[in-house]
Amino acid sequence: MSATPADTPVQISNTANRPGAPKGSARTARTRSRPGDLVFKGLSTGAASLIMAILAGVALFLIIKALPAITANWTTNPQLTTGVTQGHSSFWSYVAPLIWGTVFVSAIGLLIGAPIAIGIALFISHYAPRRVAGVLSYIVDLLAAVPSIVFGLWGIFVIRPFLLPLTGWLNHHLGWIPFFSGQASATGSTVLAGAVVLAVMVIPIITAISREIFLQTPRLHEEAALAMGATKWEMIRLAVFPYARSGMVSAILLGLGRALGETMAIALIVSPSLIFSLKILTDGQNSQTVAANAALNFPDANDLQRDALIGTGLVLFIITFAVNLIARLIVARTGPGAKGAKAKRRIQQLPPSDPSSVLLADAEAGPLHLRTSEGS
Amino acid sequence: MTRVTVSSASRSSVPSGPIVNSLKTGQLPRLIELYALIAALAISAAILIAVGFSIVGWLVVAALVYLVGIGVLSSLVENRRKATDRVVRGLVTVAFLIAMAPLISTLYTVIARGIGEINWNFVTSVTKATFNPKTLVVSTNIGAWQAVVGTLIITGIAALMSIPIGILTAIYLVEYSQKPTWMSRTVTFLVDIMTGIPSIVAGLFAFALFTLLVGPKAFSGFSASVALSVLMIPIVVRSSEEMLKLVSLELREASYALGVSKFSTIWKIVLPTAISGLVTGVMLAIARVIGETAPIFIAASFTPNLNLNAFFGAMETLPVMAYTEYKFPSTDMTGSISAAWGAALLLIIIVVILNLIARIVARVFSPRGLR
Repeated sequence: MSATPADTPVQISNTANRPGAPKGSARTARTRSRPGDLVFKGLSTGAASLIMAILAGVALFLIIKALPAITANWTTNPQLTTGVTQGHSSFWSYVAPLIWGTVFVSAIGLLIGAPIAIGIALFISHYAPRRVAGVLSYIVDLLAAVPSIVFGLWGIFVIRPFLLPLTGWLNHHLGWIPFFSGQASATGSTVLAGAVVLAVMVIPIITAISREIFLQTPRLHEEAALAMGATKWEMIRLAVFPYARSGMVSAILLGLGRALGETMAIALIVSPSLIFSLKILTDGQNSQTVAANAALNFPDANDLQRDALIGTGLVLFIITFAVNLIARLIVARTGPGAKGAKAKRRIQQLPPSDPSSVLLADAEAGPLHLRTSEGS
Repeated sequence: MTRVTVSSASRSSVPSGPIVNSLKTGQLPRLIELYALIAALAISAAILIAVGFSIVGWLVVAALVYLVGIGVLSSLVENRRKATDRVVRGLVTVAFLIAMAPLISTLYTVIARGIGEINWNFVTSVTKATFNPKTLVVSTNIGAWQAVVGTLIITGIAALMSIPIGILTAIYLVEYSQKPTWMSRTVTFLVDIMTGIPSIVAGLFAFALFTLLVGPKAFSGFSASVALSVLMIPIVVRSSEEMLKLVSLELREASYALGVSKFSTIWKIVLPTAISGLVTGVMLAIARVIGETAPIFIAASFTPNLNLNAFFGAMETLPVMAYTEYKFPSTDMTGSISAAWGAALLLIIIVVILNLIARIVARVFSPRGLR
């Protein structure tokens, strides 16, 4: 009795989805358009267009505001020969060390954070007991909910003194390596301290994305490996990593994007100077990042100097845009299932890169062990 | 052919001695990892008591001793493959524990340093300096009220702008562009890119926009709201999109089958079904942007005074207050720094409350059909 009504709609929708079915799905064909419909469609399409306009606007206004400073003569303009921009021959000589510092500090942060994050993702997806995996991943996601200013203050009062012994030891014993050379800091305001805090901040992002991708590994691949007598680690190397490789690379790149733009932690912890420096244990010879430089100098800057800072922000925008673009393209090109010309055209979305969306997915979709059984 | 080789090989390797049970030998006991851990902790304690004890050092040395010990033990008794497996298991567990350390340490530090600062007076009074003519001393009473109000105003306006745009965009992506068109593909892509915009760039954008529109020194709360919106919209879009996709197609089809228009279907069927998810997503997005420091610091500057006008003058929020109290302390240095911790703790409390609301909404108001 209950079977017949349940079956009927399925058959209908099957008919509608058949290749021969008329274009435009059957359900919209007969619905009349009403004024409310048109207005609502217009509103939602307008909102979607607004997204494009906003992103274009961000680029446009940054360019307009930055142009005067980029084109100005930095050796003669009185607004630029004093204060924060003093002693630079052009905008590019001002921004170059900043770009170097941004990339350098982020890279060190990533070097510390990425392996730990991948390890955590593996732990949650394949090692921890299923029943507690959801709670554990929620705890890691909590790291993402902590505001960056709190991490900044924590870095100053906890991480700086905590790293001092390590700083001294590295400098004393491994000082011949360029990274550890120079006069070791006595205060702890080093690139190393900043990078450690950055690592803490990128861990939840990389963990969240790679965890989701590890969980998507086809169950049959894993079971096949185990059936051949592989240990768990061999199963992960044989089945999980090949499947998740592009996703892991993208996750790390998205983490890099986050690290590149992180402001407060670096601005508070690192005592900077505008130089190209490899040293990570010193006080005054630390490379400075674009974001921290803008935040630190903005209050004191005059109008043209603010334009220059906006110009550095534009450069940062372009760099993070490129990093995010590459991260998405890697997944779209080489992601699971992207074989052949047809599959290449399909845009494959990464799991939500923002940790709060991951929190949401967890809250909505229920415990992790229930969700993983769906995928198999 | 093969079978012959195998049997001859195995025959030659049969040991001459008592027959061993190959299912039970060559394996470590089941709870070996627990025993090894206890042993490692003990050895580490012994080593560190000799050179000077510290909890961090104890745990680090114990982890190293455990990893080396289990590896050596397993490769002696079992084989190299199993040893690698056990070491990796230890490594990923250690990775997880390492991530716990900053979380616990951060929360502990904020609570321990901020709890003494937070009281009714701190939350509800505005920072003001009082001059005592008898002693000629200027004393500053640091309050957080201006920052609390600023946080609510700036985040509130940002939410008012971002939520409609975000949810409407999600509706467009899920409901109006079933077949991927160039526009839906572009929007999806741009939303992904927007989630990666550094917060300080959003702040610089808002500053650039308002200096061009209003003139130099265009600091205002509204400008900061615009900056926050740039950060918040993509989060709302992505989460709402996921939630709308969860609404089953059968519900929509049933509605269309009754001749209900598309707008009414979305308004009366899809949105009410997804409402708990949408609210949860919005709450988490607010919790995410409420802790932003750099964009507000750039776009709204900072001020110790109460400013209720979002469209004119500098405005302060809790994270900016925490930053400025530390970076530009008043004459009473320790007072300023503990005020920074107070503001940080207040911020954490707000974020936790928002997260809790989000969780409760997701639990309680989720429609039965979806679970």
